[in-house]
Amino acid sequence: MITHTNWFKYSSPATFYQLAGKLTPWFFAAAILFTIAGIYVSFFVAPTDAQQGEAYRIIFIHVPAAWMSMFIYIVMACWSGIGLAFNTRLSSMVASALAPTGALMTFIALWTGSLWGKPMWGTWWVWDARLTSELILLFLYFGFMSLQAAIDDPRRADKAGAVIALVGVINVPIIYFSVKWWNTLHQGASVSLTRSPSMAATMLIGMLLMALAFWMYSIGAMLMRVRCIILERERNAAWVKSVQGDER
Amino acid sequence: MLEINELECVRGDRRLFADLSFQLPPHTLLQVRGPNGSGKTSLLRNLCGLLAPAAGSIKWNGRDIHAMGEEYRTQIAYLGHLSAVKDELTPRENLSFSARASGLVARTADVEAALRTLGVDGFHHLPCKALSQGQRRRVALARLCLSAARTLWILDEPFTALDAAALGVVRQLLESHMQAGGMVVLTTHQEVAISARTTRRVELGH
Amino acid sequence: MTSPGPLDALRAVAGRDLLSALRRRADLLTTLIFFIIVASLFPLGVGTETALLRAMGPGVIWVAALLASMLALTRVFAGDYADGTLEQLALAPQPLAALAMSKVTAHWLASGLPLVIVAPVLGLQYDLDAEGLLILLASLLLGTPTLSLIGAIGASLTLGVRGGGALLSLIVLPLYVPVLIFGAGAVEAGAAGLGATPHLSLLGALLLVALVFAPWATAVALRIAVE
Repeated sequence: MITHTNWFKYSSPATFYQLAGKLTPWFFAAAILFTIAGIYVSFFVAPTDAQQGEAYRIIFIHVPAAWMSMFIYIVMACWSGIGLAFNTRLSSMVASALAPTGALMTFIALWTGSLWGKPMWGTWWVWDARLTSELILLFLYFGFMSLQAAIDDPRRADKAGAVIALVGVINVPIIYFSVKWWNTLHQGASVSLTRSPSMAATMLIGMLLMALAFWMYSIGAMLMRVRCIILERERNAAWVKSVQGDER
Repeated sequence: MLEINELECVRGDRRLFADLSFQLPPHTLLQVRGPNGSGKTSLLRNLCGLLAPAAGSIKWNGRDIHAMGEEYRTQIAYLGHLSAVKDELTPRENLSFSARASGLVARTADVEAALRTLGVDGFHHLPCKALSQGQRRRVALARLCLSAARTLWILDEPFTALDAAALGVVRQLLESHMQAGGMVVLTTHQEVAISARTTRRVELGH
Repeated sequence: MTSPGPLDALRAVAGRDLLSALRRRADLLTTLIFFIIVASLFPLGVGTETALLRAMGPGVIWVAALLASMLALTRVFAGDYADGTLEQLALAPQPLAALAMSKVTAHWLASGLPLVIVAPVLGLQYDLDAEGLLILLASLLLGTPTLSLIGAIGASLTLGVRGGGALLSLIVLPLYVPVLIFGAGAVEAGAAGLGATPHLSLLGALLLVALVFAPWATAVALRIAVE
């Protein structure tokens, strides 16, 4: 007998709550495994760079974090947009759950970029195109989170967040392009974190492993956070009351 | 003909009303009653299309009002709690601009006549901030004189802050509109006797 | 009786706003004075060495114009939201995007255009030459409408929300960055003899993109606010 899964049942917060609870440990386990593999490759397998020595190894955190920061923003904007277009609550809750993790990735990218800049060029901050774009991306995340925090009505917060996220997503390429233009005009090509050392294959593998680790972590963190959001938003529903009863 | 089916309204955390159904044919007055906070304003905003219902449907001549979009808005005139009167403009400027912005015809003579009907036509050079609350409300109500082409009038507490004379004028406006085939939906805390071919009542808050 | 054309409603909305703005001249003047004060503060902070001021000038004037523009944005929809005019606009038979555009145009005429006109005077404080002043004028003329359009989205999202002005800045300033880069860049390129045409063309392109997307996004946000 063939059974068909009704995927739409997972769009109900109650069912998704249970599913998220079951999946979270798996994602965190995967994150730990990928991290171990990634760190092994980053520190022990990838060769020492001819120009930058050992200090360059921070790109194994910096670049994956930067990738994830942009990826999460796009995913967040998509879920937000779906919530706005189809009036579904869960999509918006997922978007709200993603934002803090995305901001964290952006912050890590900025911080590691700064740590990289110090031994390389002697300054704690470098106004190159990528770092400046990441800084603006951080402000976009803060804007989204602050707007949602300031609006009391959760449905209005969902929809307003969706508008700002979608406007942001259209702007991200424009901002990146304009910052790149500004950077070449003002700095010349000498100082640039985007000009990474030429990629040995092992370096690429290291970065991909760390990227996968961050991705698994982000999904796990999102699932945990969305469970909290679901409990808070659906607190008047009967199933939440029985969950609270069980956990007492 | 306005048709409401199993309408449900949720604001924030509270379900204000559910399973509300009624029909509104032409020449009808609908009075919405209920204690404060029972969802009267929300119901009116649902009927305007400003607020989307949590469940149920609102149909105008068989078509869903949200699907109709702009076309539905050519059929309605709404007066909310807020008067939409600009403090720094004179009554005539206010009425002229607001009528034109709503797509109504607002010839100077008609605007003057409307203000005269409501008794606020003497304030040619006074900005509305110099008028009393009741006078500002009357400037807002004067728009109804220009809204004959809008079949459904949705009025949230239209009689607030009006004296007896103004109340009589507004009552007459509503009655002649309904006689001509229009419909009026209103909320009010006051007992005002308005005669119409059909009168319906909706009680919220139970 | 023929029904009025759709343009009449747009003209009514813009006319009402411009008349109100004319009667509340104090609001316009505060924006303008803020612009002048901010631009004049910088030399007090960094010293008056001419070469430094000439290098800083375009950026400083642009940032000051940006901040002044944002200050004025708090007024574009807030008054109408508070007195019920906005919900009437949401119920008008005309598309809300067009009515919002009409309001933003009136708002720019009342608060953005004065900045554009006064900016060359400030440019003199920073020792810009005649050609630099002309490019400054052109860049602000192309850039300030874009700032108003993008800012209108932020203003409509924060109607009646706690944190008002500061929250609006947080949302809108990151989106202003491309306009700032190309605007100030145009004047700097002109000063360096490189020609400002590419920058001005990009400013024009941003304005076109804003004209296409911003009214629609603003209308969506206004409907959310008016629910």
